[in-house]
This record gives sequence, structure tokens and C-alpha cells, in this order.
Amino acid sequence: MSTRIANKGRLIDRSATVTFTFNGKAMMGFEGDTLASALLANDQMMMGRSFKYHRPRGVVASGAEEPNALMNMGEGASFEPNQRATTTELFDGLTARSQNHWPSLEFDVGAVNTHLSRFLPAGFYYKMFMYPRAFWKHVYEPFIRQSAGLGQVPKQGDADTYEHFYAFCDVLVIGGGVAGLQAAKVAADAGARVIVMEQTAHWGGRAPVDGGTVNDQPVEEFITRTVTELSAMPNVTMRLRCMGSGVYDHGYALGYERLTDHAPDQDGPRHRLWRVRAAQIITATGAIERPLSFAGNDVPGVMLASAMRDYLVNYGVGPGQRIILATNNDDGYRTAICMKQAGLDVLRIVDGRETGGGALMSEARSLGIRIDCGRAIGKVTGGKRVRKVYLCAQSGSGGALEEVACDAVAMSGGWSPVVHLWSHCGGKLIWDTDQAFFRPDPSRAPTGADGASFVATAGSASGAMALDAVLADADQAAKSVLQALGMKAKRKKIPVGEDQPEAMMEPVWMMPREAKIQLRSKAWLDYQNDVKVSDVQLAAREGYESVEHTKRYTTLGMATDQGKLSNINGLATLANALGADIPAVGTTTFRPPYTPISMGAIAGEARGPIFQPVRRTPMYDWHNTQNADWEPVGHWRRPYAYPKAGETVHDAVMREVTNTRQSLGLLDASTLGKLIVKGPDAGRFLDMLYTNMMSNLQPGRCRYGLMCTENGFLTDDGVVARIDEDTFLCHTTTGGAERIHAHMEEWLQTEWWDWKVYVANVTEQYAQIALVGPNARKVLEKLGGMDVSAEALPFMTWADGRIAGFDARVYRISFSGELSYEIAVPASQGQGFWNTLMSAGAEFNVTPYGTEALHIMRAEKGFIMIGDETDGTVIPQDLGLGWAISKKKTDYLGKRAQERSHMTDPNRWKLVGLETTDGSVLPDGAYAVGEGVNENGQRNMIGRVTSTYHSPTLNKGIAMGLVLHGPDRMGEELSFPGTDGKVYTARIVDPVFFDKNGEKQNV
Amino acid sequence: MSDAISALNGASFDGIVRVQEMGLQGMITLRGDIASAAVIKAATKAAGVGMPDANQAVSDDTGAICWMSPDELLVLCPHDKAEANVAAMTKTLGKAHSLVVNVSDARAMFRVSGASAREVMAKLCPVDFAPDSFVPGMFRRSRMAQVPAAFWMRDEDSFDVICFRSVADYVFGALKMAAQPGSKVGMFNKPQAVSK
Repeated sequence: MSTRIANKGRLIDRSATVTFTFNGKAMMGFEGDTLASALLANDQMMMGRSFKYHRPRGVVASGAEEPNALMNMGEGASFEPNQRATTTELFDGLTARSQNHWPSLEFDVGAVNTHLSRFLPAGFYYKMFMYPRAFWKHVYEPFIRQSAGLGQVPKQGDADTYEHFYAFCDVLVIGGGVAGLQAAKVAADAGARVIVMEQTAHWGGRAPVDGGTVNDQPVEEFITRTVTELSAMPNVTMRLRCMGSGVYDHGYALGYERLTDHAPDQDGPRHRLWRVRAAQIITATGAIERPLSFAGNDVPGVMLASAMRDYLVNYGVGPGQRIILATNNDDGYRTAICMKQAGLDVLRIVDGRETGGGALMSEARSLGIRIDCGRAIGKVTGGKRVRKVYLCAQSGSGGALEEVACDAVAMSGGWSPVVHLWSHCGGKLIWDTDQAFFRPDPSRAPTGADGASFVATAGSASGAMALDAVLADADQAAKSVLQALGMKAKRKKIPVGEDQPEAMMEPVWMMPREAKIQLRSKAWLDYQNDVKVSDVQLAAREGYESVEHTKRYTTLGMATDQGKLSNINGLATLANALGADIPAVGTTTFRPPYTPISMGAIAGEARGPIFQPVRRTPMYDWHNTQNADWEPVGHWRRPYAYPKAGETVHDAVMREVTNTRQSLGLLDASTLGKLIVKGPDAGRFLDMLYTNMMSNLQPGRCRYGLMCTENGFLTDDGVVARIDEDTFLCHTTTGGAERIHAHMEEWLQTEWWDWKVYVANVTEQYAQIALVGPNARKVLEKLGGMDVSAEALPFMTWADGRIAGFDARVYRISFSGELSYEIAVPASQGQGFWNTLMSAGAEFNVTPYGTEALHIMRAEKGFIMIGDETDGTVIPQDLGLGWAISKKKTDYLGKRAQERSHMTDPNRWKLVGLETTDGSVLPDGAYAVGEGVNENGQRNMIGRVTSTYHSPTLNKGIAMGLVLHGPDRMGEELSFPGTDGKVYTARIVDPVFFDKNGEKQNV
Repeated sequence: MSDAISALNGASFDGIVRVQEMGLQGMITLRGDIASAAVIKAATKAAGVGMPDANQAVSDDTGAICWMSPDELLVLCPHDKAEANVAAMTKTLGKAHSLVVNVSDARAMFRVSGASAREVMAKLCPVDFAPDSFVPGMFRRSRMAQVPAAFWMRDEDSFDVICFRSVADYVFGALKMAAQPGSKVGMFNKPQAVSK
């Protein structure tokens, strides 16, 4: 039975009780408990079921490495799956439910899988579900999806908020144990800016549990004093509940701070992602104990020896009354000693080493614990809880078993330094044969841009296991990074640590060494993904030699714990099966994050209304009040149409086109890019950027221009207005302003750096409003202030002036084919000017129109649209825009490219108008099919639709498209099969459907 | 002429800092040889303050000159003086190759003030805001969350932030989130809470 033990529990406050529920059952714990310790205190040994076989599982570890005790945590908008009970601090009202079972934890239908386990070997999915092909989609995948384990998907949006925080420091110390604190102290004393991150809620790491002294004082005193000193230093930032999540190039590191997980009623963000730039990083990430691979090592009640010790010392919980310890090293003895001293019955220590250990063994023996050397656990039985252990000789195959009844088993297979953060950015490892672990190779550290190391390890993370070695190593790590920073450490004595000396450990990769198949197939390596010793051996037999391939084939180390317990045991098993050395097999890749971090933390503030910037014009709010149907154009939002009550969006578009053509329309054109280009070389510069001539444009006049990339493809278009001799204003497409501005700056800065040209982006300085339709002039004349007559302001000219008291620049340009004025006023007065035009236009039934009406009107006129008629592969010549390409200029961007053979190929598809024979609307993007089939057996294609609309003006479907030899095939009919099964027939026509002579705009 | 209004018409928010949209602000982009006498004269006369060094801003209550790049300055002045200043500056510059343009309405300006101002800024901008790294007088062009922004410190506890007008609402939203109650970080404001 697992229960609270009196007088133990350094982290809990027995005067502060906390209530919580587990699978709906109310339970009680203490402040300071983790969910795991509280469950154990309530004798809840079983905490979930396994992923594949649905075997009962209990907690194995006490920290971030826990593979089994994963919970569905919280409810509703605070629900989150797969949370480790070991790292969840208990709070009042916590609700947790276990995972991977149906209908209940105690009785689970899926547990039948464990009896089918011989039919679910390594690579089962690959072998089983290959054939027949069609079964994957319709039979296998739906079934697998349903039975897939782990937590549930949250059904509601997350109620919490999250944030990022950018921090900079000289030294980032990851890990707040003895090593991290000592390293931080040395660095901080030297004057470095230091950040220390500790993933748990407590400083000091394992040291207070493991004991020992520093400078002849208990290690706790060293911890308390160092934390107090560091916290008082202005150059030091100390963060608890903040995990160093990843180390990246150039000293970038992420910290994952959990602010309110333990206190959900607290204000503020739930998690904060620290985005740190550190000149040097010290990883003081400690070490993780390894399980031993014996049959039944996953039965609830089997636990890491260090975890069992943690639960007793930190939380006052004894996980069993009659305990057996299996170990291959001296550290494991500490658990037996500690349990015995707390009054629990330690039945036996089974030491895989023939000769046993040293001082710690003697101490255990003096306490009266029976110690069997050269012995092993053959198997553990009990199902939902440890009942019996069968002991045998370590050197055998598991015969001649001795039966011992017990209720908890502690296991210690040695320790592995946590090398993850060292490895993230390329730090290499070496195999330490004496201690049987991989540790960082200081000569092959992660390097920065200068080729020098920017990560050092300290303490157990370096492979220094004894307290004295930990302190010395941390001191050295700090001094090495200070040296790299060009800083000098203060002369101070290294604190002297002292703890019980340990005898050599002996690797035990399987218990017993020659375990027979019945035992190996119940000896778990990866608890979370249910990978056993026999699975890895099978993979080796089937030819998997690379550890990376074996990982993917068996799923070893691929669960949410990323194999923190299983990796070393797994690759040792693989190495043995292959007859290779462990270092020759190597490790899998360590990737960030160290443990899973929340999606919310990654997103930070970018959720809901500020998920992405939305660019608003000065009239945005007005559009919104007029029920605008919004269209995203780049980051801008533009009204697509303004549907009135009872009107569909389509009806609104038709009305907007018709009213504009017949009387008066109003368009918010503020999003069009406006770039000022000024200087003595401005004309010459624009001649290079545009395909047509701009330098001969007269001040006061406007000209439509095309811009190509240096590869010849059409990239932007717009009207250029010459302001004065030295100054041009270039309109770009909506969303093109920043891109074209950058394009101009790039050419000016890298190629024509000696040309005297300045460019400024003034897009947002102006609210630009297009006043369009036969009555446009009447409105402006009514408002007064400027002569806008055909004589004073003819087509393709502009003028500055005042209209109704507004400072205005009026461009007589038209994208609709109507009489049209585009009027720019300062953005701060945009809404006022819009209101003025609406009032003045009321007598002409002024109609605000959106982007779709704009599109239809331009298509009726055969005007191209960048992004519709162009897609990055289209050149102006394809679009019949040869008239806008200067023949006089010796060069412009794209000219040479357009002379290449593929660009001059007469078989390039060319722009034409398309008119359905029945008046219907062609499907957008539809392809015209020709005779025969291509090499893939598909119909040959001879053209495609680039724009297609119902024209209310002409009352029929109109379209533009690119067609093979199109302009030479006027009148021919083409077939366009639609995705709706229908085949549309359209006739090739002139792309200008309406007012070809421009009589409406030139008035 | 109608009433001119700024992007958010002076909206404000109080959290761990105060966030305020500063209303209409005159801003003039000046490009040219910023070491030349003509440019210096044009800028300092319009702003009423001296020239900044690289990455600096010089400001007083009504005007400022911000260093934008080796050939660009941003001149701040009262909104209703911007047009006249543009004309005067253009005249001062004469034939010197330069560009002066009114960008007052292309921008929005916010003030972030309070003891936690540095921390709120550090939640959104990838900049070292430690008190000995970023000090009043510095001027920085960077990004705020997902959009470009420029900022400088008025005094030890407040920042002025300039962004494009079209994203004023976004920037205000991001600043409000960063300033939400309960979100103090405690990195720049010692002492910190120390748990056992």
C-alpha cells in the first residue's frame, strides 16, 4: 500500500490541505504536492493505461521524464491532454482523468491487446496495413485513428492568454540545481548578466534528497544561501517553473515559463515563452536515472529508485510497505537506506554486480537489509499492482526463480546525463565506458558564427556525479564561459562538496543477462509507446542497423517523452543484438523542445483579433457599419461588396456595377500603393523599372506602366503621375507597395547606387477615393473649388487643388471605363471627405462599390489584373500589352529575358476574351481541352480561364483567358470541362467587351 | 476642411502600464546627405531641436529629429505645422538632392508609460530593453509583434512608438495584451519574488 509517512516531506505543508478529483473521485493532498505524489498518497498506484497494449501503468519517475502518468487535465476551455502528473503542481479544485482506457481505468476493453501482443510486433503497422491498397483509406486508417491512444483533443477554444518575452544576457544558465547555482554565482560575481532557469518550482535539484555537505554544511544551506545571494544581485534574473526548452544557433534559446498552471485563479498569461539571446549558455540539466529491463518492469509499483526516494523525502509518501530494490550501482542503495530509515520494510536488495558495492552497501547491510549480489529480478507479477517478484541469477536466463511477495519495486540501472540541450545545436557526445553513459564531449561543443563554443555543461549534465565533482565542474564551466566572454572570474574558493563515495557501477542492459523470450517480451524499454526488448531485437534481426531506422520502425523514443528513459537502454539493446559497440550504434537526434510546450506559448499574443495584423483604411469603420462583405487583399481588408438588407452578395455586386455605370459609384482605393520617386535620375530610373518610357512624361500627366522582374515576368502595374521635373508618384497594386518599394531600394542600393534617386512609400498618407460614373464631374462641380472640366483636367492628367475645403490631388484616371476621378486627401481627413462625397452624390444615387464590382468593370473593359491574368509566369507580350513596351529604350528590367527563345515562342498562350455560347459563367481556372492526350494520358490542354464574371452590363458571362494561338482564333469555340461534370463551351472574342473606343471615359 | 482624426482618436488602456494613442502628430520624412549643412538646417529649423547621432533621437515637447538610416531622418512637429514645414524645408534644401515628404497621416503614435514600460515593450519587440542597454535618447527601428515599429524613450518610464496608421488597431491590441493585469515579468524591476 502506498501512503503518507510521518515526519517526511520537505516540500509539502501538512497544515494546508488541497482537494482535487481523479477520474471524478474526490481526493485530498497537501500544498506542495505534485499530482503524482498526491495520487500515491491516496494509494492510487495505477494512473493510466499504456498506448498500444492498454496495460495498467503507474508512475515510474518523479519529474519531467515521466512516461506513464499522463493526464487529461482540467475541463472545458482549460482542458489539456497528456499532462505529466509528476510535473503538475497540485492546487485546490484540480481535475484530472487518466488516459488510454474505455470504459474505465479499472476495466478496459482495449486491454485485450496485451493478449494479442504476439500479433502486434515491431513494425506491425508497416507489415499489416500495406495490402490491399484501398483498405488503408477506408478500413485501416479509420480503425487505427479511433483506437489511437493518449489524451483527448480539446473541444473548446483555449480560455487562457500567453505571451513572449525577449531577453538578453551574457550567460544563460539552464537548470537551478547545485551545479546551475554555483555556475551562475561565479558568472554573476564576475559581473556578467545572468539568467537562471529552473523547470521545477524549487531550487536545488536532487541534492536535498540525495544529501551530502558543502563546506561542511548540509547541502540545503548552500542552496538557500546561493539563491538568496543571486536573487539580490541586479545583474541576475532567477526564474522558477521555467524550462530551458531549446538551444538554437547564435546563442538563441527558448525558456518555457509556466505562470499560472499551479494557480489558475491568478491574473495574467498562463505561459510565457522566453526568447533569449545569450552570449554563452551553461546547461546544468542534471541526469536521469535509467530503468532496468526485466519482465514486468511496467507493473504499477515498479519505480525508479530515485523517484521512490523523491516521493518519500520531498512529499512524505511511501510507495509501498514491502520493497525490493534492484540495482547495478551504489546510488540505488540510497533509496533502500532511506526507505528503511523511514520505517518501511526493505525486503531485499538485488545487486546485479557479482561483488556488490562499497560504503553505501555496507551502510544498508548495517541497517539489516538483506543484499543479494549477482542476482536479478526475473519477473514481476501483479497486473494492476506489484504482488510478487521472482528473483534469479543475473548471469542466467531466468530459471530457478525464487518467489518473494512485495508491493513495490525500486530499480536503478545507472544514470544518464541530460544532454538534450547540449545536443540541440550540434554538441557531440562521447561514450563513458566506466559510467556507461553518453556525456558531452567538451572538445566538440556547439559553435557560434565565430566557430567558438557557446554552450558549456555543468555538473551531472557533464557526467560529474559526485557532489564534489559537480561543484568543481560547475565552477570550471562558469570560468570557461567567462573566458569566452572576455570576463574575469573573481578569485574565490570552489565550495567543497562531500557525499558518500560510490563503487563502480556495472552496466546491466537486461535482467537476467540471458533472459528467455517469454521474459524479454515483457521487459519494457519505452513505456509510453509500448516498446519491449524483444521488439528492438526483432528489428535488429530484420535488418535494422541504424538507430534512427530502428527508432522509427519500433517507435522507440517517439512518444511525448521522447525516450528520456528508454533511449540508452534501447540503443544498448540494439547494440547487443547487432553485436556492435554502443558508441558505434550512436544515439538518435535530440531535438527541441526538451519536453512538450504548449501551442499557446508558441503563438504568444498572436490569437483572436491580433492573430495577424489587419490593415485598415481610414474609412474601415464606415465600411463596417455599411455591412461590408470583407475581402482580404494582402493584409488589407477591402469591401468586396456592400449587401443591403435582403440582398445577396451577388445581387449587391450587380447593383453596384449597374449604378456606377449608369450614374455614380464610390470606391475606397486607399490601399493602392503610392511611391514617391525623386531625384535628377528619377526619370532614368523609372525607364529601367517600367517596360514603357516614363522619362518623357510631362509634369501634370499620368501614364499607365508595367513592371517586370529581371526574368521578364510581369510583376506589377499602375499609373505613374509626374509631379514635377524631379518627382514622380508611382501607383502600385494593393499589397504591392512594400514589395515594389523594396524592389526599387534594392536596385538603387545594389546596382545603381550612384544614381541620385530617393524613394518614399507614402501609401498610407492618403485616403484615395475613386468617384466613378457619368455623374462624377457634376458632383465635383457642385462641391466646387477646382476646375475639373474635360478641358482643364483631361483624361490621364492630374491636378492639386481644394475640393469642398479639402486639400486634394485629383487624378483623372479610370479602371472602370467610366468618367472617373481618383482623389487623394490626407488620411486623417479621409472619412470626412468620403462623407462629403456621399452627401453630394446622394441626388445621383451614389453607390459605394467593392472590389468585385471593380473587377467586373475592369474585365468588361479588358483591363488585366495582376494576380488574375498574371501568375509569375506571364510576360506582357502574352497579354497583348506590346503597346506598353517601349521600342525606343535600350534596356529595362526584363528586356533581355523577354528576348529568350521560350519567351518569343509563338506557342505561348495569349490573352483573349471568352464568351460562353449560352450566356453562363465559365468556371474560374477551368482549362480548355484540345485533341489527343499527353504522355500521362491526360487530355491535352490549350488554354485556361484567368478571370470570369457575370456582367450585369452585358447580361451574360464574360471571361478572359490565355489560349494557344488565341488572338489568331477569333470566333472559334473551345470546350472547358468543369469540376461539376458539365462541359462549358465558349467562343474566343476580343477581350474588350464594353465601350471599345473609350467614349464613356473620355468625356 | 473637415476635422482631422488620428487612427484611433486618442484611445487608451490602463494595465500594468498605460497605453495611449497620441492623436495627430506631424511627421516629415527627410532623405538626403544628413551630414550636409542644408539638411541639418532644414531639419533642425523645422523640429526646433538639434541633430541626433546615429540610432538616436533628439526631442523636446513639440519637436524631434529621429535618425532613421544613414540618409534618412524623421522630423516631428505639430500636425498643423507639417505642411508648412515641408514647404520651408524644401525651400531650404534648394537644389540639394533630397526628398521631403509629409507622412504625418501615414502613421500612428502610441505612448507606453509606467514602471513596467520596458517589460511591456520587451514582450513585443526583439530588442534588449535592459535599463543599461536601452536609454532615453536612443531611437530604434524594429518590429512590434508582426509589424514594423520605431520607438524611443521620452524618459526612464515611457516609450513613444510609431507604426503605420493601417495597423494602429493591431498595435493597440498587441500592447493591450502585453499590458494585461497580472503580467509583470520582474526582469527589469528588482527585487524579485524568490520561492523556496
